[in-house]
Amino acid sequence: MDNSNRTGGPPRLPMRAKIATTVGGAAATVSRLTGRDGSVIGGIVGLRLQPDLLSLLAQGRQIVLVTGTNGKTTTTRLITAALSALGQEIASNMYGANMEAGLTSALSRAPDAPLAVLETDEKYIPAMVRATRPRVVVLLNLSRDQMDRAAEIWLLARRWRDALAAAPDCRVVANADDPLVAWAASGARQVTWVAAGQRWREDSWCCPHCGAHLQRDGDDWSCRECPNRRPPVSWVLAGETVIDPSGRARPIELSLPGRANRSNAVVALAVADAFGVPVPNALRELRGVTSVAGRYTQVRRNGCELRLLLAKNPAGWLEALDVLAPPPVPVLLAVNAQGPDGRDTSWLWDVDYRRLRHRVVLVGGERKLDLAVRLEADGVPFRLVNDIDEAISAAGAPSLDVLANYTAFQQYRAVLGRTE
Amino acid sequence: MTSLRLVWVYPDLLSTYGDRGNALVLERRARLRGIPTEIIEVNSDQPVPLDGHIYLMGGGEDLPQTLATRRLLADGGLHEAVNRGAVLFAVCAGYQMLGMEFGGVDDVAIAGLGLLDMRSGRGEQRAVGEIVADVDPVLRVPKLTGFENHQGVTRLGPHAKPLARTTLGIGNGDGTEGAYAGRVLGTYLHGPALVRNPGLADLLLSWAVGQLPPLRPEAEALAQRLRDERLAAVTPQP
Repeated sequence: MDNSNRTGGPPRLPMRAKIATTVGGAAATVSRLTGRDGSVIGGIVGLRLQPDLLSLLAQGRQIVLVTGTNGKTTTTRLITAALSALGQEIASNMYGANMEAGLTSALSRAPDAPLAVLETDEKYIPAMVRATRPRVVVLLNLSRDQMDRAAEIWLLARRWRDALAAAPDCRVVANADDPLVAWAASGARQVTWVAAGQRWREDSWCCPHCGAHLQRDGDDWSCRECPNRRPPVSWVLAGETVIDPSGRARPIELSLPGRANRSNAVVALAVADAFGVPVPNALRELRGVTSVAGRYTQVRRNGCELRLLLAKNPAGWLEALDVLAPPPVPVLLAVNAQGPDGRDTSWLWDVDYRRLRHRVVLVGGERKLDLAVRLEADGVPFRLVNDIDEAISAAGAPSLDVLANYTAFQQYRAVLGRTE
Repeated sequence: MTSLRLVWVYPDLLSTYGDRGNALVLERRARLRGIPTEIIEVNSDQPVPLDGHIYLMGGGEDLPQTLATRRLLADGGLHEAVNRGAVLFAVCAGYQMLGMEFGGVDDVAIAGLGLLDMRSGRGEQRAVGEIVADVDPVLRVPKLTGFENHQGVTRLGPHAKPLARTTLGIGNGDGTEGAYAGRVLGTYLHGPALVRNPGLADLLLSWAVGQLPPLRPEAEALAQRLRDERLAAVTPQP
């Protein structure tokens, strides 16, 4: 379906909203000049002056909301890249400010952009669907994440389902291989089903509809006690290739590593297709993305080539461990438990580390002892390090893969410098 | 005993946050003492085996908690094993399930497993954070350190004893934390509660296999360091 000519640009804002965006924009500029991240502060100031600012800013634009436990930031970046083939300005919150103020700020910074691709926190999807009336909502996956502050995921799936059922004009692009996501999306009027795969299954052994233990056979799943089953898919990730709805297979060949990113890319292709971007054009743009908000960045320090990987929860760590360079490249694992990480480190016990047994493992971060006890239980030898330079000298190798959770990653990035 | 059998009950429903840790800690501490150990994972579509020595139940959201309770009552295997003297250790949602009733979805009262004399309902506020509690001296276990994340309030009847008294955190909501009777023991410390509480792990093991030889100090050192670090982090410094 080609809707690329449907864009007329956003209408003019009412005066009060205009003042709110200008003041908000000024606040963001001041914030950037004083060295703070300006991506949220402008939105907060603007929303205080005009509480429905986000709805006003969203009017007349074609909006894509991207949510899920993992891959939001990367997929937002990939969709933005794919849609750039349309040659129109795209508003996006590319640095992960994914609540109302972050979305507001992204739209007010690009007042004339007819398109917007907005990463959205899982909890905010119902409110953001109501406020922005998106053309497309992307549901990637749903798994346990920082439960000291996040909602329970069965509850979250139910809220998504109710919100999408109440938005008949919205197309949902959803991962059919994740039973919780599929159940949430199946309430929507229009769904594009993507076989994007599901590596982490510990949160979806049971039917979200009736609770029975699901029958699972490869990627297929079905409930034994109710009609809930994996829907028929139109886009498929098959190993290193993508199969489009016409059945044509193409190699994906991303610059970004790993199965999870190929999965994100197939979702991005399905979204681009909904906007009329041909697959080869979209693929070309996706291949040009080499790092996302510092993730996958290569940095050289003290003669060692470092590669930075971010993972925040068990499902993310499972995928990230797959992406590690093979031995003998040493790995540095780092864990913090500050507010944004979740203050509870229990999740470390949901990850299987046994495949690290035969390589050099260094352990850092503020909660390194929690991780050390976990590795001890899995029989993985390790060495504790206090900072990145100690890790580099302990590794004694030409390269080092660094896998860290959120604030541990940010701390290393601050030391290494913010290279894109 | 040919080998120590740890039965992890319903990981498909009750394994919200690192619950595998309890099985792994028990396995490690038994093996370090030369006791062969196996972990048996029993999903909610399988019968609960009767021949386990220690049964483990983890945490879960409201709906899975209700479903798991219904299935365990219908299955009957866990009750039979406990009646035969097996050890049962449950955390968080699993702990609430042990009682006579608990608050399910929208706080509707759900009949529990009836294995501990206690009742749970929903409190005003969610209890989220580090918890420290002094264990009933009879059990000779050092103070508990862990993380709680629940909205439950639990009141014990005359046939259950509090496991501990809180010095930090909420626990049962009345200054006590957890409960035990016979060889059935539950706690609001969630997920891998035994990781920072090796003394509690050894109590469960000793209930199952009798007196335990001490471990070599180096086998304990790391867990002890973690325990000390966490206790120091939440204890006000003079």
